[in-house]
Amino acid sequence: MKRPNGTYNGSSGYIVSDELRNSVNIAIALQKPLLIKGEPGTGKTMLAQSIAESLGMELIIWNIKSTTKAQEGLYVYDTVQRLYDSQFGDQDVSDIKRYIKMGKLGEAFLAPSPVVLLIDEIDKADLEFPNDLLWELDQMSFYIPETKETIRTKHRPIVIITSNAEKELPDAFLRRCIFHYIEFPNAEAMEKILAVHHPNLERKLLEQAMDSFYMLRSLHNIQKRPSTSELIDWLQALVIGGISPNRIKKELPFLGVLLKKNEDLDLILQQLAGKSQSRNAMSRYR
Amino acid sequence: MFTRFYYELKNQGLPVSMNEWDALLEALEAGLSGSSLTGFYFLCRAVLVKSEAHYDRFDLAFARFFEGVETPEGLPDKIWEWLNKALPAREISEEMRRNHQQLDLDELKRMLEERLKEQQEQHHGGNYWIGTGGTSPFGHSGYHPGGIRIGGQSNNFSAVKVAGMRRFQEFRSDETLGVRQFQVALRKLRQFTSRLEGAKTELDVDATIDKTCQNAGRLELVWERPRENSIKVLLLMDAGGSMISYSRLCNQLFSAVHRSSHFKDLKVYYFHNCIYDWLYHTPECRVNDYTSTSHILNNLSGDYRVIIVGDASMAPSELLRQGGIIDWDLYNDRAGIEWLRDLRHQYEYSVWLNPIPRKYWEWVEGSYTIKKINEVFPMQELTLDGLEQAVSALRSRQRVARAT
Repeated sequence: MKRPNGTYNGSSGYIVSDELRNSVNIAIALQKPLLIKGEPGTGKTMLAQSIAESLGMELIIWNIKSTTKAQEGLYVYDTVQRLYDSQFGDQDVSDIKRYIKMGKLGEAFLAPSPVVLLIDEIDKADLEFPNDLLWELDQMSFYIPETKETIRTKHRPIVIITSNAEKELPDAFLRRCIFHYIEFPNAEAMEKILAVHHPNLERKLLEQAMDSFYMLRSLHNIQKRPSTSELIDWLQALVIGGISPNRIKKELPFLGVLLKKNEDLDLILQQLAGKSQSRNAMSRYR
Repeated sequence: MFTRFYYELKNQGLPVSMNEWDALLEALEAGLSGSSLTGFYFLCRAVLVKSEAHYDRFDLAFARFFEGVETPEGLPDKIWEWLNKALPAREISEEMRRNHQQLDLDELKRMLEERLKEQQEQHHGGNYWIGTGGTSPFGHSGYHPGGIRIGGQSNNFSAVKVAGMRRFQEFRSDETLGVRQFQVALRKLRQFTSRLEGAKTELDVDATIDKTCQNAGRLELVWERPRENSIKVLLLMDAGGSMISYSRLCNQLFSAVHRSSHFKDLKVYYFHNCIYDWLYHTPECRVNDYTSTSHILNNLSGDYRVIIVGDASMAPSELLRQGGIIDWDLYNDRAGIEWLRDLRHQYEYSVWLNPIPRKYWEWVEGSYTIKKINEVFPMQELTLDGLEQAVSALRSRQRVARAT
């Protein structure tokens, strides 16, 4: 089995911090899965794409849902198709191999060149799910009883796993991973990220929008704090709407793009209304 | 050689296993730390720490263990001024590396002190005075292997500094957090009926199709026992005056419990400071809207999980005396503590959550009653960590208190 070689240095469409880049390279060198956690919208899923792009590898994505079973990632034995063929088709059904379909993990193992395997949102699945994959991820091989075959990797894939921390992952699983928590980017890093998405943004507009954004994030009574992707969308909306930078802080236009919860929206609108009322009152007093 | 560091991490309560330690040593062998303390810091963290909740503990352990590896501080302001005007960075060749003799730290410090006394003005690009660029051991943006960097921008933070900043403090799981986190913690409070008991009443579609196909198409039904959560919860909340300062926290827990739809049954009652003959239906504790405590004791079976939320702080008489109840127009025949013992006796799976942080339990006004109640109920503070511990305590039978 060959080690995937090469080191990850980030790619053009994705800003990576030094810490994260280190973690990726450690995981590649130690041949362990890299477990990524972080607030929604910090680019956990994008990381795998960036690694694949930077190292020139194919990316295989396994999206986990609450009903996903570990077995599906390995292979599925399509007994129904085989039965159908035996009754109505003129196919040869004695070859079981034809009815074994590889899952995403199996696909990654059998790929002719090294690949990046992204197991996205592993915490969505059942509590036992990660434990069911321990052996396969450790040994990078599994056995198919129906055909008495063992599937082994030719090239060890780079495994990236993301989690939103909806469930604690089992300790045995964690012990085998390299872990990295993506921090929410500070203003400086955020500017770099925004420059990738909106290269020709007016300076003043950017500053005003960022100020308002971090102000909203710093409020304690907000239930769902806006994230990077929402800020990017908001900037888009501000540009398309042709909003003048001076109005941004005062009016927070298109607030619904940033805040997705009714309670949060109401709260901010109330505060805004309160401010403008007191301002009106002040001017009347004068 | 870092074995002591391993124990320091353990001391800070980090669950580091030998597997991970082995992986770290392997990584060091492979030179992944880049032979700098900063590289070592990030390497250790990536390999050893598996939750952002533990980053802070790791930082503390790291800072404590590698203390004293920091760059010296407290230099005259004038020197900072000189250093603020920097020369562009210079290329470093192998030859330069060889030409420099390594100075040890004490020697460096001594030289720096001397130089501080001698130097009166700015110097940039030389090899003796404190300044930017150049190859003097003192200053920044220059090159001297093992010199002392004074100010300027290092490409890397000193690792001890990074650790010392404790940026991950707010992720500590013993901090109080929001509804969502409470919900996640409560989600662990479940116990599925096992697949071994009960009637097989659920059609297992997948297994049926599989079996049928392997039977060459002759239908074979496969039945499965349904699995459902069998946990029933009784939540008792203190609505007394002293709880007002914790109302936000309690509200968060309350909404988390309510949103957790996975309990088989959920019953909520309120009490004022301590539990006596009555448990009220609303937080206002109106005297005509209650269920008697003995009715609950008789009718709710012992497999209810009981969570009591209260600050457990009251006058000792309220807890220990007959007629000690705080409400003027009421009288209790039995002391509050007796009722608590009865509850504890009936419900082996029970915990007391206290919104007062654990470290103050011995110092607040109600410390005496907190201690008394803690003898009856296992008590946890109302934080995410405390709730998690409470939940795991509720999953298994707890020792019934000695005093009866």
